[in-house]
Amino acid sequence: MSLVIDSVTKRFRGGAAALQGVSLTAPQGAFVALLGPSGSGKTTLLRILGGLDFADTGTVRFADVNWLAVPARERKAGFVFQHYALFRHMTVAKNIAFGLEIRPRRSRPSKVDIALRVKELLALVQLEGLGERYPSQLSGGQRQRVALARALAIEPRMLLLDEPFGALDAKVRKELRIWLRALHDKMGITTIFVTHDQEEAFAVADLVAVMNQGRIEQYGQPDAVKRAPGTAFVQDFISTSA
Amino acid sequence: MRGATEDHPLIRWALVGITIGFVVLFLLLPLLTVFSAALEKGIGAAWEALGDPDALSSIKLTFITALIAVPLNTVFGVAAAWAVSKYDFRGKSLLTSFIDLPFSVSPVISGLIYVLIFGLQGWLGPWLREHDIKIIFALPGIVLATMFVTFPFVARELIPLMTDQGRDEEEAAMSLGASGLKTFFRVTLPSIKWGLLYGVLLCNARAMGEFGAVSVVSGHIRGQTNTMPLHVEVLYNDYQFVAAFAVASVLAFLALVTLTLKSFLEWRYADEIAAVHRH
Repeated sequence: MSLVIDSVTKRFRGGAAALQGVSLTAPQGAFVALLGPSGSGKTTLLRILGGLDFADTGTVRFADVNWLAVPARERKAGFVFQHYALFRHMTVAKNIAFGLEIRPRRSRPSKVDIALRVKELLALVQLEGLGERYPSQLSGGQRQRVALARALAIEPRMLLLDEPFGALDAKVRKELRIWLRALHDKMGITTIFVTHDQEEAFAVADLVAVMNQGRIEQYGQPDAVKRAPGTAFVQDFISTSA
Repeated sequence: MRGATEDHPLIRWALVGITIGFVVLFLLLPLLTVFSAALEKGIGAAWEALGDPDALSSIKLTFITALIAVPLNTVFGVAAAWAVSKYDFRGKSLLTSFIDLPFSVSPVISGLIYVLIFGLQGWLGPWLREHDIKIIFALPGIVLATMFVTFPFVARELIPLMTDQGRDEEEAAMSLGASGLKTFFRVTLPSIKWGLLYGVLLCNARAMGEFGAVSVVSGHIRGQTNTMPLHVEVLYNDYQFVAAFAVASVLAFLALVTLTLKSFLEWRYADEIAAVHRH
């Protein structure tokens, strides 16, 4: 039931290489941070896992299925975007319910069940009572928690977070990452977390992959990476950005 | 006392005065003239002129044309805006300029294009005649010319809006399991609806009022291929001033309705745009 990424490559239109043979293995339920500067390919890798981009070559296996052959909308990969991507014309409750309400009639929960689920999720992300608000009426931290609740509503098999706290101020960032880690431990969903903030990566993840120019420079537990940087780039990246 | 950044009151009053004077002289007065000329011989005469079969037929033709052209251009406009704003492809900026083409081409030329293609002496003329299909001097030609002229309105309104909104919400919907259609109807369409309505309104106003392009392809057959603007011209050239202005009043009235709706939408739409930026 683990995630195995094997030699994934991706070129952008115009020829620039985004990923040049990325391989990575993570056990079921792991919390993996993809850490690197902008342009290192971490978001591209995440989008490939979510089905929002296609890999040129390479394979991904997750829970023993050929993950890249599964269409994005059938993957049940909860994706959380840096700028929230909430549906601006829907209330918070409608946003969270979206993934359930669009299911075909056969597999759609009843209205009552959906309402119940929304209520549970609002409690889980500590936004009780805000279900009738619109996204524009919430703070950044609240919006990102709504986005997370929306992703969790579909009972995702994998949680993909693209710089989820990047647009928030330092204090909220810190609170949210502690909260996110606790949530992860409670739910046990395999989580991939993209960030350029090494402190954040080391604080929150079980495993950190340091990326640079479309390659993984080093992959391991936070302590190991910190203690023994594998390459000059990792050494440099860790010591400068802090 | 006036604020540090305020202009002298004289300048302010002069500017406001000039604007009001201009609006009254060049916009309001002519509009009133249209209505007053129509009512010169009493409301009965104007009403009678509108009841004339040729006038009724022109009103009908105008509505039919708009009813076909506007929905089609709405669909094309949304499709074009979608393609341009949500995808990257080669030749995108060229396509965007082509969408604007009807704005920069004289309407008469847009009419002539269709005559050259579908007219008796045109490329497809002989073939069309053999199969007894009438396009020029008939409804299809009028609709085609109107569509050409009004094509950019919806697309132009939506492209900046949709570009600004990006693809994030659609991607989120997809990752939550939504199909393309569900994403369009539940996510994309609701977030562009006011902008879309606004574009449709402008498109409709132009579709009903278009003269030049339609004039070339219509053939001016009274009671058959004259739209309202064409019929106004015919009546006017016949010295039937009351009738001409009566039909013109209907057009002017439609314009006023459009203007009212447009102001309302602008007011609504402003909120929407603000919400987009707050988001």
